[in-house]
Amino acid sequence: MNWEAFWLTVRLAAIVSTLLVAIGIPIAYWITYSRWRWKFLVEAAVALPIVLPPTVLGFYVLVALGSRSPLGRWWESLTGHTLAFTFEGLVVGSLLYSLPFAVQPFAAAFGAVDRTLLQASASLGQSPLQTFRRIVLPLSKAGLITGFALSFAHTLGEFGVVLMVGGNIPGVTRTLSIDIYDQVETANYSSANQTALFLLVVSFFILSIVFGLNRYGLTRRNWAVSPWR
Amino acid sequence: MKAPLAPPVAPKMSPHPISSEIEVRIRKRFPHPEGSFLLNVHFRALAGFTILFGASGAGKTTLLDCIAGLTDPDDGRIVVGGEDLYDAEKKLSVAAWKRNIGYVHQELALFPHLTAEENVEYGLRKLSDAERKNRGREMLDAFRIAHLRERRPAQISGGERQRVALARALVTEPRALLLDEPLSALDRPTKSSLVDDLRKWNQNHRVPILFVTHNGEEVFALGDEVIMLEAGKIVAQGLPHDVMRAPRLETVANLAGFENIFDATVVALHEARGTMTCHLRGGTVELETPLVRAEIGSMLQVGIQAGDLLLATEEPHGLSARNILPGTIRRLIQRDVMIAAIVECGGTDFEVHLTLAARDALQLKPGKAVWVVVKTHSCHLMEVSGA
Repeated sequence: MNWEAFWLTVRLAAIVSTLLVAIGIPIAYWITYSRWRWKFLVEAAVALPIVLPPTVLGFYVLVALGSRSPLGRWWESLTGHTLAFTFEGLVVGSLLYSLPFAVQPFAAAFGAVDRTLLQASASLGQSPLQTFRRIVLPLSKAGLITGFALSFAHTLGEFGVVLMVGGNIPGVTRTLSIDIYDQVETANYSSANQTALFLLVVSFFILSIVFGLNRYGLTRRNWAVSPWR
Repeated sequence: MKAPLAPPVAPKMSPHPISSEIEVRIRKRFPHPEGSFLLNVHFRALAGFTILFGASGAGKTTLLDCIAGLTDPDDGRIVVGGEDLYDAEKKLSVAAWKRNIGYVHQELALFPHLTAEENVEYGLRKLSDAERKNRGREMLDAFRIAHLRERRPAQISGGERQRVALARALVTEPRALLLDEPLSALDRPTKSSLVDDLRKWNQNHRVPILFVTHNGEEVFALGDEVIMLEAGKIVAQGLPHDVMRAPRLETVANLAGFENIFDATVVALHEARGTMTCHLRGGTVELETPLVRAEIGSMLQVGIQAGDLLLATEEPHGLSARNILPGTIRRLIQRDVMIAAIVECGGTDFEVHLTLAARDALQLKPGKAVWVVVKTHSCHLMEVSGA
């Protein structure tokens, strides 16, 4: 197993899924409570990475990060190099790539909170934001954990976007999935199998935790009587 | 470090010493299974209980939602304690969370992830930790739920949940209190002790309490000013005995707990003794009822509350009651701690309410011959609706 690629991949997934909690919560909040008539367009845009070929997404991210785009120029003026083919560039691409896997469970959890609780909170003098922090977020714990775990697992396994945006630079942008591709290219099947099996087991493990939590631990019905908080 | 200012010396009193009052004059069209209809009301509620009485779908909850600011009326004005909370002309609508109106929802809406104590302290976020704990404790004690402090809503009984919900609303010292069917799920002793605690609290606070119910019995038990709502309109207002005992329409009578309602024809007037005789349609029974402005042959409805009827196993003598009807018990139905006896008298079924003890003492069972005793003034007369 390529440990350098392993740690790079874990670092990428951890950073991306953590940032997605921060970015996804406001987006999911807006999607849940906005009454804007064109909201569905935003929802569709957020969900795009689910259906889009990673190469398409990766291509546009690459263009956006390149030195000919305003964003790319801004970053270049700040740091002296472009985002393309760097770890930071990989983070940006992965954020977009995994966005729906965080936002959708968040929004579903927020929307499932009983409206009468929100009304009760308002009649007790709490602003919408306070209500969100004190009622909606704690009652959405299962959805938050699900979104975090799914975006983590999804980032672990990404390939197309990484290849487009990051290339294949050992220690910088070579993740496990790229490493597998490399091994196969050089006909190193047993090593590829080792890494592939590892990714398979880890992904299965993470998904089992998510489904197990939703089934037995963190559903709203069980929530109130669970002995822990 | 800044020394904290000494708190102003204030006796224990409400923060709104001038008793606040609610004035509502609103119109709102709202959806309803049988086509949308219009809520159109104008009333004032002074400090103390005001009961909003009406069938489900009469617009009671929509009215409360408008006052609480959870929804806006289409038109009109809502003033609480002298402050405009909604004014269609000024395009003003104060946000629900700035209204300082306590609202106990029918489903209570306790926060499931918080303990009883945390629920009660929820609205006191702005106070210091110590003061919040103090106020919370006081309230838990006042509503006799201190022993539940550490429990979650799912771990306590319905009556206790009701107390937690009330305490949670009252601890914020609202300037008005809206209660949507707060007692519907409770048994009778629990009900009255809760109402007592609420009255005790309001002796010091003097805020208007709008109390929604569809249960006529509750209206009598509370005994305060009643506003009767029907299909979005106020059809009567006053003390329970004025509003409830003289129903003008049969639909209202049904709600007020009249189990026996009969179509009848006036057959004789006895002006000297202030009564008249009515023949119940579909049978042979004739009842002596209070005299109303009616002509012989006119059609009326007679309503009698099941609790106002007496049952005897031997023909009674020497009673003041004018109507003593021989009959046969057809069925006995147990309802909680009460028995509903269905008695057939001359082709008409009467529902009579008895205690379990009375059933046993009289050895009542279906088929037994009995006499139903009806006082003249237990008979309430109504116009035939639509006539």
